[in-house]
Amino acid sequence: MNLLETQRSMAAALMVPLSRNARVARKTADGRSMAAEAARIIKPNDRLSSLDRLEIYSRSYWFRLLDSFTEDFPGLRAIVGEKAFDRLAIAYLRERQSRSFTLRDLGSQLIEWLEQNPAFVRSQPGLALDMACLEWAHIVAFDGPQDALVDPEHLLEPGHSLRVGVQPYITLLELQYPVDELRVAIRSNDEGSATASNTASHRKRRTIQKVGRASKEQIFVAVHRVDSSVYYRRLEPEEFRLLEALRAGRPILQAIQEAFGESTRTAGEIPGLLESWFGAWAQFGWLTVFQKNRKGSKSK
Amino acid sequence: MAYPINISDYGIGLGLRIPHIGHILEKKPVVGWFEIISENYMVGGGRPLEVLDRILEQYKVVQHGVSMYLGSAEPLNREHLKRLKELVRRTKTPWVTDHLCWGSVDGRYTHDLLPMPYTFEAAKLTAKKIRQAQDFLEVPLAVENVSSYAEFHISEMTEWEFLNEVVERADCGILLDVNNIYVSSRNHNFDPYDYLNGVPAERVAQIHLAGHSKFEKYILDTHDHPVIGPVWKLYARAIERCGPTPTLLEWDDRIPSFDEVHREALKAERYLPVPNEKAVEVVR
Repeated sequence: MNLLETQRSMAAALMVPLSRNARVARKTADGRSMAAEAARIIKPNDRLSSLDRLEIYSRSYWFRLLDSFTEDFPGLRAIVGEKAFDRLAIAYLRERQSRSFTLRDLGSQLIEWLEQNPAFVRSQPGLALDMACLEWAHIVAFDGPQDALVDPEHLLEPGHSLRVGVQPYITLLELQYPVDELRVAIRSNDEGSATASNTASHRKRRTIQKVGRASKEQIFVAVHRVDSSVYYRRLEPEEFRLLEALRAGRPILQAIQEAFGESTRTAGEIPGLLESWFGAWAQFGWLTVFQKNRKGSKSK
Repeated sequence: MAYPINISDYGIGLGLRIPHIGHILEKKPVVGWFEIISENYMVGGGRPLEVLDRILEQYKVVQHGVSMYLGSAEPLNREHLKRLKELVRRTKTPWVTDHLCWGSVDGRYTHDLLPMPYTFEAAKLTAKKIRQAQDFLEVPLAVENVSSYAEFHISEMTEWEFLNEVVERADCGILLDVNNIYVSSRNHNFDPYDYLNGVPAERVAQIHLAGHSKFEKYILDTHDHPVIGPVWKLYARAIERCGPTPTLLEWDDRIPSFDEVHREALKAERYLPVPNEKAVEVVR
């Protein structure tokens, strides 16, 4: 067995989900005896079998990933309940193994996965999906990149071709439930927690109260940051569309036309709204120099 | 291996941990240097970088990584290296450390520090990757021995022989974690002094100290306790062999107050000789 074969075998073995009582799985992913697989790779010693030694690493792998994932999605956990969340987390992490060097990206495919696997959030699928979108946006806003701000002078007399960008750390969300208020009520620790210890010997579980049924209410939200703190800002529908159009690279005047295309606002209201919105965006540092191929946070 | 590091500037350091940041920024305690986990700051912006910049205004910082996976059979992750280099430029770290371990395979990450099979094949490949990383980053690289709970059938040598093999081939430094030596010695039934005495002292660029947790049949490197007596003794021997060496205490879980962690770290002073003013520019 060479280095690559050893590492493939060991990684495949420890990534099989733990049993219900948090012990190493009895079978490999393809149904072979895990004890035999461990014995094939790992030496036993006078106190631990090969399987015991593999178990230390398998538990560490799952505890670390589950703790990180749980910390990132406290709102989703409160919606689906602790046990259902654990089932969801294990299924997601088994199917979408981490492809990033940082645990920060662990939930990057969750929204797509939930859309493909609604059974894991069957009690309140719309609410759960909206919360997952908000919580991933929260992670992006916390430490996403920041572009150079646009010169406000350019906005005073926008020409027909002037384009501006929207900060890449901002996510624009169109949601069916007021999950922003729910998430604020749940509040969790926002900070990253990578450490240099190579073992996770136990799960750092915090109990969380399951939320009841929520009523539908369409909302538009920008998840952004001010002074390094993450905020959820409710947007008017036209404001949301305008920001989306700007992010898509439309010139400012065209973006305004698109934003108000289906609006019931009167022509007299529009200048005041624009002044107020652009003023707020400038204050928050949302508008940037337009970069053609800049990938912004995907709107929903 | 040229290490133009003025190590007399780097005495005893502390790991920069989130629960202590408010205290550090407010009280500005006198600390030799802080070690940061590189990956926590390899981000685009926001609070992590804002905090780091404020720390850099006041303190020297050394970068310690947890996911370069120099021992993984797959090539280095170029995106990781690029972001690491950006951070190196920001912190002006005099050296960079990461672990002598593997943790990814076929692009899938375990986010763990998995032990190496101690084979010549692994040593050659790991050394090649260390050289590549060192060349790209343009700062000296030192690799840390990890604590381990498993040994592989395919191993051909002891862990310290493997460490020697790698660092000599890579011409890199060693971040010697004496607690990890102790933990592994108990888990694998070897004499920790055989390990310590087998390490090339001239390559030790930094030392780590930490606490661990003892279970019935094995010891786990949990970084959640004070350093125990036998580990301090190992540290004393390490200093005897390596001379004054930048030393850092790691405390990552059940983190007590900053002052308590700092006091624990400063115990290392008992084992360090009084600085010799002539030994200012040390080339290691």
